[in-house]
Formats: sequence, C-alpha cells, structure tokens
Amino acid sequence: MAESGVTIHRTTSWSAGPGCHGNCGVLAHVKDDKVIKVEGDPGHPWNQGRLCPRCLAMTQYMYHKDRLRQPLKRVGERGENKWEAISWDEAFDYIETKMKDIRDKHGAESIVFQQGTGRDIGGWISMLAYAYGSPNWIFGLSGVACYTPRLMTMWATHGDHCVMDAAQWHEDRYDNPSYKVPESILIWGQNLNSSCPDGFFAHWIVDLMKKGSEIIVIDPRFTWLASRAKYWLQLRPGTDGALALGFLNVIVNEELYDEAFVNKWTNASFLVIDDGKKGQLLRESDISKNGKAENFVVWNSKSAGPAVWNSEKAAYIDESITPAKEGAFEVKLADGKTTSCKTVWAMLKESLSQYSPEKVSEITWVPEDKIVAAARFYAKSNPSALQWGLPVDTISATTPTSQAIGHLWCLTGNLDRPGGNVIARYPFDVTTYPFHSGINILDLPQETKDKRIGTWKYGAFRDFRAWAQPDMVLEQIFTSDPYPVKGMWIQTSNPIANTGLDPHKWHEALKKLDFVAVVDLFMTPTAMLADIVLPAASFLEKDSLKGWWVPLQAIQKVANVEDCRSDVDINFELAKRFKPDLPWKSVEDLYDHLLTPSGLTYSELCEKGWMIPPAGHSTAPYDRQEKGLLRKDGRPGYQTPSGKIELYSSWLEHWGLDPLPFYEEPPFSPISTPDLHEQYPLILTTGARSPAYFHSEHRQIPWLREIDPEPNIEMHPKMVQELGLRDGDMVYVENWMGRCKRRIKATPTIHPKVVMVSAGWWFPEKEAAEPSLFGVWDVNINQLIPMSHNGESGYGCPLKSILCKVYKAEEVANV
Amino acid sequence: MSDYGLLVDYEYCTGCHTCEVACKQEHRIEAGKTSGIKIVELLQELPGGGLDIINMPILTHLCYLCAPRIKNGQLPACQVHCMADILKFGKSEDLVKEVPKKRKAIVYTLSGFSI
Repeated sequence: MAESGVTIHRTTSWSAGPGCHGNCGVLAHVKDDKVIKVEGDPGHPWNQGRLCPRCLAMTQYMYHKDRLRQPLKRVGERGENKWEAISWDEAFDYIETKMKDIRDKHGAESIVFQQGTGRDIGGWISMLAYAYGSPNWIFGLSGVACYTPRLMTMWATHGDHCVMDAAQWHEDRYDNPSYKVPESILIWGQNLNSSCPDGFFAHWIVDLMKKGSEIIVIDPRFTWLASRAKYWLQLRPGTDGALALGFLNVIVNEELYDEAFVNKWTNASFLVIDDGKKGQLLRESDISKNGKAENFVVWNSKSAGPAVWNSEKAAYIDESITPAKEGAFEVKLADGKTTSCKTVWAMLKESLSQYSPEKVSEITWVPEDKIVAAARFYAKSNPSALQWGLPVDTISATTPTSQAIGHLWCLTGNLDRPGGNVIARYPFDVTTYPFHSGINILDLPQETKDKRIGTWKYGAFRDFRAWAQPDMVLEQIFTSDPYPVKGMWIQTSNPIANTGLDPHKWHEALKKLDFVAVVDLFMTPTAMLADIVLPAASFLEKDSLKGWWVPLQAIQKVANVEDCRSDVDINFELAKRFKPDLPWKSVEDLYDHLLTPSGLTYSELCEKGWMIPPAGHSTAPYDRQEKGLLRKDGRPGYQTPSGKIELYSSWLEHWGLDPLPFYEEPPFSPISTPDLHEQYPLILTTGARSPAYFHSEHRQIPWLREIDPEPNIEMHPKMVQELGLRDGDMVYVENWMGRCKRRIKATPTIHPKVVMVSAGWWFPEKEAAEPSLFGVWDVNINQLIPMSHNGESGYGCPLKSILCKVYKAEEVANV
Repeated sequence: MSDYGLLVDYEYCTGCHTCEVACKQEHRIEAGKTSGIKIVELLQELPGGGLDIINMPILTHLCYLCAPRIKNGQLPACQVHCMADILKFGKSEDLVKEVPKKRKAIVYTLSGFSI
C-alpha cells in the first residue's frame, strides 16, 4: 500500500541509472512526476525483489544537482568548460549541419560512432550511424575487450553463445522440474557479488551455493567467493589460458570427458592435414575432384579409408561408417598425391601434452595438486556449470584462452544441459542489441561495409559483429590512412576516464577531430572535450525494450527529468534527419517491428511486462542440438560451418589463426619482458569491481561514494613493508607509459608480487576545466596501459597483466 | 523475550552493502550517517596461512525493524532487497528454531517491538 498521492509503476532496469546489463524488475514509487523511492519487484523472476545499491540510489542519481538537464553547446575552447544552454531543436540543427558538412567533404565513414558498455543504445546508435551512412560503429575499449571476444569464440566453436544455467529460463526458477542444481560451479575470473556480470544476476550463485552447489574460484585475489570455495586457485594474472589447458590436459588424459557427447557432437574425428606446419582441416574437395569444400573428411575404421561428412545435411554421407577418433592416416588426394592426416582429437591431445599440470603450475603459480583436484572435480560433477568474467577478455591472448575455457563445457558435455552452460539466444528471436552483423536495424551497401575500419586486417572483425576495431580507429585519427577520421559521436562512454587505454592519446585524438558530440547523463572528463553535449535519460525516464538473454521485457517510463531524452529518441530523431525515408514513423513503430518474431506489439509487451520463451521454443533450453532446434534447417546439430561443435575451429582456420587453443604469455610480464620486469618488478592488474560503482559512473552519488570513497591500490602487507611503505600511504604507481596516484590498501588477499589498482576513477567534485578534467590524470590507471597490444585475432588487450613499480608520492612532490 | 526479530544467515553475506542503501532510502538517512544496518567485514588470517572473510550485518540503534512497513503488510526494506537473501523478519521464537539448520546465523531481537 502506498502513501497518498503515490503511484507505483512496474518496469525493468537496463543501464543508465544502475549502469548494468541486468534485467531486474523494479517498482518505482512516483509522486507528482517525481520518483521518490525505488524498490525491487518481488514478482519478477530475475531478481525476486532483490536490488543492488546502485538501483536503490536512483533518486539520488536522477535528481542530482550535477545531472545534465539541457543540451549544451561549447562557447569557449574545447575543455574550457564554457557552455551555452540551447534547445533540442537548436542542438539537432547544429549537429545535422556539422555532420552533413563532414559527410559532404570527407564521406560518411569519416565519423565514428562510439558507444560505451552494453547499454540500451547498441541497436539505436548503430541505426544512427547507418542512417548517416558510416560503417564505423565502435566500442572504444582496446580489442573490444568486454564480452565480445568470448562471444566470438563461442560462436566460432559451437555456433551460439552460452551462459551458466541458473534456471533463468524458468519462471518458477530452481523449482522447475527440468532444472538441476549444478554439483559444481567453476567461477573463472569474476568477483560476482561486486560486479555486474553480463546478462546474469550475481547472487544466483549464492542461491545455488545454499542449494548445495560447490564452487571452484579462479582469481588472483582472495574474494568472498574464494573464501567459500572448495578450491581457490590463485593464478598469476593473465595466465588463464595455461590454466585452462592444464584442466583440459587432466580431463583428456584421465578420460574424464563425456565420451558419447564428444563422439556424437564434436568434430573430434575430422581429419587434419599434418604437414608439419599449422595444419588444415581436410575437405571433400581435397580428396575428390567434384568434392565440396564445405564438407569434411573422417577416417572410416571399418573400410580403412576416408569418408565424407556432409556439412549441409549435418550427417555422414554413409551413416554406417565408424569414424576413427584417434590416429594418423595416409590419405590419397584428388591430385593423386598422398598426405598424412591426423584426427582433430589426436591433434588436440598432442597439443595438450605440452600443458602438464607440472608445467602449468610453473606458468600460473597455482600448485600442481590444486590444478589436478579442481579439474577432476569440475569434470566429475554432474552437472557442472562454468561462469566466467571479463579477465578472459582483457588479456591479449583472449581468443585462444576463451577457446580453451569453452572446451571445458564442450568436452564434459555440459553444453545446453540442465545445470550446465545453456545456449543463450535473444528471447523469441527479438534483437534489441545486435551482437552479430546481419541483424542490425538498418543495413549498408557492401562497398560501405568494406570501409569498416579493421575489417581488412582482422577476419574475426569482418565476420563477427559489426564493430570497427577500436585500436585501428584511434591510429587512423592520426594517420588518416586509408582515409581521414574527422568526427566522433560518443554516446554514454567515457574514454578519457575509463574505456580508453593510453588516455592521453585519446585526449589528443579528440582534440584533433573537427567535431565531437557526447550524449551522457553527467558531465564527464570526456564530455568536457565535446562541441555539444546532450542530456540522456535514465532507465526510469524512458520507454524501451530488452531481450538479453531472457526474459523479453519492456522498460516503461515512470517520470520525466526536465529536458532529458532517451538514447533511442535522440538517435531516432537524428536518424530521420539523415535518412528521411526511415521505414518507421515513430520509436514505437520501430519497437513493433523489432518485436515481430514474438508476435506481440510493443503495447502488448508493456502490458505483460516480461515474457520467457516456453520449453520447446528454439530460444529456450535444453538439449536443442538433439531436437533440431539450433539450426535453421531443423536438423540435429549446431549452427557452425560443419554442424558440429568445432573443437578445431574452421572459422579460426579461415581467419589464419591457430584453430586449436594454445597458451601465449602476456606481452608485458616477468617472462616476456625480463628487462622491463627488472625496472618494474610488480605485476599490475586492474579492473576490480566495486558494488557501489559501474565502471566510471556513480562517484557523485552520496550513498554510493561513501561505500567506496577513494581510489586505492591493493598490496600485500609483506610487499608494503619490503618497499618501506605503510598502509594508507599515498603512492605513485608507475611504468614506462606513465603514472597515477593511489592510496595503499594493505591486504593479504592479494599475492605479494601482484597489485590491484581499481579502474574508472575521476572526481566529479574537482575542477572540470582543463588541465584538471575532474582530476582524472591524477588517478587514471589506464595511463600505464598501451593501446594496440591486441591478440592476433584483433581482440583482447593487456589490462589484466602489465608491469609497474610503486613508490611514495611525497618523494617526488616537486617533480 | 521480545516477540519479533531478524534472522541473519551471515555465512552467505557477501558484503554488497545493499541493506545499508535500502535502509537509507527507506528512512531518508543522508550519506555519512550510519543507518539502521551496517556491514562490518572481518578478514582473518588463520593459523597455518589460510584466510577467511566474514561479513556481518549489524543492526544499529536506529533499527526498529521497519515497523511502519510491517504494519503495512510489507517486509523490512533490507530483507526485501538483500541480494543474498539472508535476512528474515519473524517471531523471534520461530527464527531461533531455524538457527541450528544454518552454519553461521544469529537472531537479532528488538525488545518492545510488537504489531
């Protein structure tokens, strides 16, 4: 029962406000068009009434004195903090003129559209970019190192993405009879209770622990989860790939994998040409003149000769064959020559033999017996789930690392199995945030798509997702090669404080551009460098929809805050100006269009609030590979080129990458760069999450700031003492790139040779104008981390593992 | 013995501070002031080199078990929002019976509280 004059509105959260990618049901208490309280919705299956501190502090966020409330146009120099408040019409006119002028002079591709984290803007900002005519839509973190690298390897391996099964596809959740509580949960590099896992609710893990799940935690820090784990593996930051390969070594050598699953559903039996080089999958076209390149070849043990796998039909041409899983064979080719081949399984085993627990222990610092015990426990559990975090993306070797980790659920048969890792699709096939090219709201001509920066270098960018490669975008601003970049549209992203590595370079780049527009909710160090700043709405001030991964749900406006407008409204209005023949009359019209596969209109979805796809739908679990629910043709199997889980990936092969997982040392480490290590003897890792903040947001929210008041560096007390320092000292963290200032938090939860420096810091309370930019240069840890140290795939960056030294700040007070 | 209290299954308190913000919002307590609940983290170095973490929600002098909410048929703000779902309002005598089923739990009682 609400107090008089108060109405309670039901909606769901996504981004601006709490910042996250959750799906929490929210009850907003509204009086006189003002939100006076926010509560969790006990009737919502996602959070069951629970809500995080950031969502509970929404009233302080929405009505904060520093909230941007009107469009602002720069009147001084960039960064001078001199603005003129203008109307929305004036703002749109100004932007339209500026951007059309750049398009006329340099082509539409010379404006880059940068989004921040996976908010309720991905679809809309790409609609704007494509309406304008530019293929250059980016997420600015080096190597797009936030979930996309993992999404790409999952897609390349089994044709779909998957997430840990916490019964989120069941309205009745854990009570659903088809659900099984995981016996073990392997938590790989995620401090869940302080973070916002992508499309996941962190405390589901706690629910499952209470129901008997035992956890294995892989983390360089002793987190709360580590304190409750059956096994805690404290690895050297950045060596995740070696550890995963060590797990696979144990699982394969001790035959702990799911034999039937591997034989039936993976390409373990496919033959690979063993020419002593990188190898290549043997294809039907290699062995017969009329053979198809899409078809693969196995060795039929019965006839002691090759047999063909028909990829289109996802079946052997002759179903009576017995494919050999192991062994080396001489195969006659179409040209009459003979070649040596091995099975994928034999190649995988051979490759894994390099990663004995002893060797892996040496690389990762994790004791050998712990590696063996944890791998056995994961593999023997029935079922076992794997929940992984951003550290798998924020290393340069992200692609082979995430491939190795993904092989764990593939080899143990935990894919799309109750209580394992379930295949996650857009609910009812409704795309609200396109992860893959080809499903964007608008399309572009091929000649324009070919101008997408990075596609000419990285196949994995060309064929997966529609983003440009951000490191190459930044370079191109300086080189204009192969064409100039003249402007940037930045929507709720803050590269100067957070997404940008080497932020001085981003600073220089933004200053160099002819036009910079920023859409945000508060003034930020990045917005300070804009020509125009547009005030965006929080999730409580907008109508939108979400389907990441489940449920499909409506976000419904409960109040207005002055002149703030929702991201989609801003993008739609401008898209119409650049493309007057936009096929939709209104945003609601667009939503109806997006909802077509669900059979609902937007207003019907609003009435329902949220919807979960029913069992038997292709976007609901389980065991869909058996039921023919994964492939468009309805045949059993997966949406990969072969229809099998590709342990040896034909996509990676196609892109010139190693098709099997391997370990690669971080680019800056005691082993890769011993000389640098001598000068900078500590391993610097960053990106630790705080329950109070989402990335660089919320430092101005009083209820949140008091939880985590200042930026620190976590150091082991032994190292603090060894360096002659004390807990609470102000220190510089420094390397060859730059330095930042931090306060020491001495804690035994971290390894003595490792320091954790929190990310995303700036001070909304400090001087906004240059050179201060809210004090960002004093604290931004990204000043120590370079751009353009991606993996071979173009994905990943060395955020989790770099080198530094630490010394007392006062010593250099006059420098 | 008082009639009502709050069961805290602190074995599973992750230290997310949700309860503090929920309490501040409900009772309009400004930042910088302690509300009706406060999380205290204890990091302990164990004999033999191991570590342990205990997060303990402490009900402070200001906690009155959200009496107006209870009278309104609702649960305390901290309980509704607790991310780990470790807080439970009820009759103290009932809550106490649940304690032996938990690994680490306590019951806070509030003298003089009645509905």
